[in-house]
Amino acid sequence: MAISKKEVRHVAWLARLDLTDSEVEKFTEQLDVILEHAGKISELDVAHVPSTSHAIPLKNVLRDDKVGVCLTPEEALSNAPKKEGQAFVVPRIV
Amino acid sequence: MELYQMTIHELSEKLAVKEVSAKEIAESVFARIDSVEDKVKSYLTLTRDIAMEQAERVDKKIANGEKVGPLAGIPTAIKDVMCTKGVRTTSGSKILDNFIPVYTATAVQNLLNEGIVMTGKTNMDEFAMGSSTENSGFFTTRNPWDLERVPGGSSGGSAAAVAAEEAIFSLGSDTGGSIRQPAALCGIVGMKPTYGLVSRYGLIAFASSLDQIGPFTKDVTDCALVLNYLVGHDSMDSTSVTIDKPDYTKSLINNLKGVKIGVPKELMTEGIDSDVKKAVENALEILSKNGAIVAETSLPHLEYGLSAYYIIAPAEASSNLARFDGVRYGYRVPDPEDLMDMYMRTRSEGFGDEVKRRIMLGTYALSAGYYEAYYGKAQKVRTLISRDFSRAFEEFDVLVSPTSPTTAFKIGERVADPLQMYLSDICTIPVNLAGLPGISVPCGIVNGLPVGLQIIGKALGEEMLLRVAYSFEQSFEWSEKPRLETRD
Repeated sequence: MAISKKEVRHVAWLARLDLTDSEVEKFTEQLDVILEHAGKISELDVAHVPSTSHAIPLKNVLRDDKVGVCLTPEEALSNAPKKEGQAFVVPRIV
Repeated sequence: MELYQMTIHELSEKLAVKEVSAKEIAESVFARIDSVEDKVKSYLTLTRDIAMEQAERVDKKIANGEKVGPLAGIPTAIKDVMCTKGVRTTSGSKILDNFIPVYTATAVQNLLNEGIVMTGKTNMDEFAMGSSTENSGFFTTRNPWDLERVPGGSSGGSAAAVAAEEAIFSLGSDTGGSIRQPAALCGIVGMKPTYGLVSRYGLIAFASSLDQIGPFTKDVTDCALVLNYLVGHDSMDSTSVTIDKPDYTKSLINNLKGVKIGVPKELMTEGIDSDVKKAVENALEILSKNGAIVAETSLPHLEYGLSAYYIIAPAEASSNLARFDGVRYGYRVPDPEDLMDMYMRTRSEGFGDEVKRRIMLGTYALSAGYYEAYYGKAQKVRTLISRDFSRAFEEFDVLVSPTSPTTAFKIGERVADPLQMYLSDICTIPVNLAGLPGISVPCGIVNGLPVGLQIIGKALGEEMLLRVAYSFEQSFEWSEKPRLETRD
């Protein structure tokens, strides 16, 4: 087994997903098959191969520090599930 | 011939000489939508009123003697993964069911500036994760060639809309084959440009180092026309490349004399349906007759492409989709007990199974203890695959393969087996890992279903890609169309 039910529960918690017992069962089976296939890359010796994190070389993109056009507070809040004044409202944290 | 059946270049010529109006074209396309959409189900949102206003604006311009470009007045469908100001944009997910963007994606805006008429937003696999459009949070789109089969994915709605003549062209996005594969399964042209060539600003991200926007069209000429207006540097996308933009229509040359075409043997063997293979071999003969030099080549690390992709793409997705937490936009569970309860239940109720599966895969691959074995190694495999392509392109101008290993499969056939579903993109995925351009053009019919020919180019080699695709299209008899009218 590449992945256990306990690991699936832990990964789901890290990803902030609440799974039912039957979902844990199903996803463990499916992730196990997929990870076994993905594990095929362990056949390769890549010790001296550099990583490619992007298809094109990335560089820092800088621009002048000038005030530009941006969203208004009303626009930024227009899709908020809950808002008050110019703020997003979330459940109490403390 | 009805207006909705025509290509961009045919309609554009008729508009220029005032033989038809943009309004008449839009009316023809919406009449077609009214007649077949309940069978095909390409669209999540129709924007009829906006479209008619846009068409009227184009007609006014033409009446005033103003010059308009070839895309003016052309009914266009947009995959629902691209933000459109004031128009609901769901990314195929319940979590964004009520999301109304406050800005428009650059790629869409570039086309709107040219006067396109937006017919609506098309169905897709949730967050572009899938190969069949069965993972949509709303409904499954049907393949216009056989309504019991999938249109491919994840841009299945955009592909089906063009194949069913419910739009003259459409936009899709391609992370592992999501333009080319549905184009192949629906018998139309679909292109994934070089990574960075088309701005991703306003594209709801799936895997940022792989995603690319591109067109679905009825022929290669239309593809070149759309590309002319899609491509361009955008300061809002830090990965946008700066090039002297060519006129891609100048690449439409029906002559392949001296063009070297490589056929990767790894994409013509295991897992490729024998009839699909035959159709591609027939296409290679046509390309040879047109002057191309065709030879077999090998990309030895291609067999590791799928494994690397299904580590890298979910890893990026798990990070990108962390933003869906019920705070700033989208669905929020009613009456959460506390913040953690809100996050957990919002995401669990809002996301579908495939999205959850990939988020967990990505979280696992990035977690302590597994990072090096999975993600770190996959990024190195990506280098090996890129090197394979670079070596092949020292010898060849383009590479050719089937786009999809099979024709369109039945709805439900692969749903319970994610790995089997992932294999649908085995021919297209390596191209995304290397950031290269690829195009799919129809190359045959097997049991009444279309087969796609994939042509892969060097980075920024879109001109050669279009030349080869155009030459093939000119020599290949392709008059087949889905016959929706004769079906229930």
